Amino acid sequence: MALLQISEPGQATAPHQHRLAAGIDLGTTNSLVATVRSSLPTVLADKNGEVILPSVVRYDENGVSSVGREARELAASDPFNTISSVKRLIGLSAEDIAASASGMMFRFEQTDSSVPRLLTSAGAKTAIEVSAEILKELNHRAQQSLGGELTGVVITVPAYFDDTQRQATKDAAQLAGLNVFRLVNEPTAAAIAYGLDQQEQDTTIAVYDLGGGTFDISILRLERGVFEVLSTAGDTALGGDDMDQAIVDWMLESSNLSVDQDAGLQRYLLDNARQAKHVLSDAPVAEISLSRGDFDWSGSLSKETFENLLEPIIAKTLASCRRALRDAKLDKKSIENVVMVGGSTRIPIVRRKISEFFAREVLTDIDPDQVVAIGAAVQADILAGNKPDSDMLLLDVVPLSLGIETMGGLTEHIIPRNTTIPVARAQEFTTYKDGQSAMALHVVQGERDLVQDCRSLGRFELRGIPPMVAGQARIVVTFQVDADGLLTVSATEQTSGVAAEVHIKPSYGLSDNEIEKMIVDSMENAETDVRTRMLQEQRVEADRTIVALDAAMQRDADEFLNNEEKDTILKARANVLSTRESDDSEAIKQSLHALEAVSEIYVSRRMNASVGATMRGKKLSNYDKQDTAS
Amino acid sequence: MVKLHQQRLSLQLEVEAALSAALPIGAKETYMAITLTDAAADRVKTFMDNRGKGIGLRLAVRTTGCSGMAYVLEFADELDQSDVVFEDNDVKVIVDPKSLVYLDGTELDFGKEGLNEGFKFNNPNVKDECGCGESFKV
Repeated sequence: MALLQISEPGQATAPHQHRLAAGIDLGTTNSLVATVRSSLPTVLADKNGEVILPSVVRYDENGVSSVGREARELAASDPFNTISSVKRLIGLSAEDIAASASGMMFRFEQTDSSVPRLLTSAGAKTAIEVSAEILKELNHRAQQSLGGELTGVVITVPAYFDDTQRQATKDAAQLAGLNVFRLVNEPTAAAIAYGLDQQEQDTTIAVYDLGGGTFDISILRLERGVFEVLSTAGDTALGGDDMDQAIVDWMLESSNLSVDQDAGLQRYLLDNARQAKHVLSDAPVAEISLSRGDFDWSGSLSKETFENLLEPIIAKTLASCRRALRDAKLDKKSIENVVMVGGSTRIPIVRRKISEFFAREVLTDIDPDQVVAIGAAVQADILAGNKPDSDMLLLDVVPLSLGIETMGGLTEHIIPRNTTIPVARAQEFTTYKDGQSAMALHVVQGERDLVQDCRSLGRFELRGIPPMVAGQARIVVTFQVDADGLLTVSATEQTSGVAAEVHIKPSYGLSDNEIEKMIVDSMENAETDVRTRMLQEQRVEADRTIVALDAAMQRDADEFLNNEEKDTILKARANVLSTRESDDSEAIKQSLHALEAVSEIYVSRRMNASVGATMRGKKLSNYDKQDTAS
Repeated sequence: MVKLHQQRLSLQLEVEAALSAALPIGAKETYMAITLTDAAADRVKTFMDNRGKGIGLRLAVRTTGCSGMAYVLEFADELDQSDVVFEDNDVKVIVDPKSLVYLDGTELDFGKEGLNEGFKFNNPNVKDECGCGESFKV
């Protein structure tokens, strides 16, 4: 006998054609899957009733041996075959990983490939493959719970994830056999779970996400049904784990004992610390009694002491909140809703301090571990077509401006930051030299004026441009960002129709701190950037003029100029070359004007000669006729 | 906000008046009844509360499916003139007269099978079911 769910009026489906959909919170430490059943969003449990799936995959010689809790329990005994926190690697290149501290936890294969691979006894695995195993497990659970194949899923990603990290997440889903309706930003999903998107008025929302190992604060703006991420800030190494460690430090201090290098004892103390932390969410005192080998101690941790231990951790999160507000150019008073996400926001003092900081009640009704998955499920249900009366089409925005490199290493922004997606924008470019047959296109992401300060996303070449005078070719460059924030850039030469395009594939990415830094830098360096841009533009102008002048002089300088005139022009040319090397854009401009002034006679003689050449052999009357005819 | 809420409330009252008017006629004279087990009633109430609107649960049959007929289970926001309304376990069950021919005497149950959970129709009129149980013959 089939098990039926209650549909919205008029939405009941034919047998075997249920539009099953799920939302997936693919987290660094833990992952969850949720669905909407009979209009009620619910997280799905495994056969043991566990809703949380630890994001841990264990490999052995035969491949994947376990995913989730069992894998996590074996992590200590077999660290290199047990992959956890793989989300910290997804979409990053070996270079990025070498530059970040999180690489320390993993063991990589030594290759020249830009895609880093983790060494396991089942062979080398990419972060995408490991993530796919977690998604497969969640897909399996969802199919078991819903009694059929999923039509599609919504997967959440951090707001600061860049194109390559988003693409890598989609690739992992594809590998797991999932159809991705859409990727949604985690803070946006949390806001949807609370129904904030259904409000009639525009609103500003802060999403405070304090998990086990990471902290994120996002400021969102909901305007006419569109969520815009105004700013993000956070700390990729701050969370509940630090609280547990603070309690362990307190235990060691109170007991006058030490753990030395004993990893097992450290683990034991951390487990006890975590239990005490959970007890203190409700009780005024936690009794702790420890006995393991030589370590024998008991004591009681009061709520007051515990809260003092947390003080520095909460203070750090508040500093990030201030930074996020500053980046969003908002003050605390303009935040109308504060959503709490992550297990650590269950702790009363965390809620209290955040509530005090924003001077308003914080939203905590939905389980903070589940709220992101629930929001994703609500969105998936709509995208699956189970709610036709809802006109909500959630739009997302481009987190960083997208553009192209132009001469002089300058960035030409084509899609500005915070443009809602999907979007397509085109801009015309032209050639720099006479007869130029190819053009190198360099796609960059970032707010700065100089390409070197932005992030390179990819390069491609447009070849086969027909020979033309510099500036005559019309090359239309189109940037297209799809609903998932993935970018395709194409270039077409209009007269010949030659075209080339590039899809931005995973090559390397930026950490959240770096993205944040890029945005802050662009504001701090705005003035220098403008000056550098002017300088670079003048330099390009100087180069272009000299290329044109040299080409002309090589052809016919002797014909039109006497030696004295030639010398004057060459002197002015040398002056341009020397000022070009200076940092003074005004000086370059002056020297260019001077060069143009002395070359004027040469230009006009050439012009007259070429007009003369065209008219030779024609009578004046021909022109008269033309004139009267036209 | 206040205005909207009041409107909704008055709409609710009208619908309730319509329901109480419709209740005795259909239920008493012609038909047995449609009932809900406690488990089913509990779940329906939870879902209705969560949904925040709706006047009851609509049961119907549709003439599609691999064995002839298929069940329809939906929230009801509107009541049709000809609808028959039953009330059991504090849940209003709304059925159109055509469907009622196939559904009369049905008990709606809620159950779990492994990780899956949902509603089941215990329908005395059914002679033959497809393997999946989503459609049936009378």
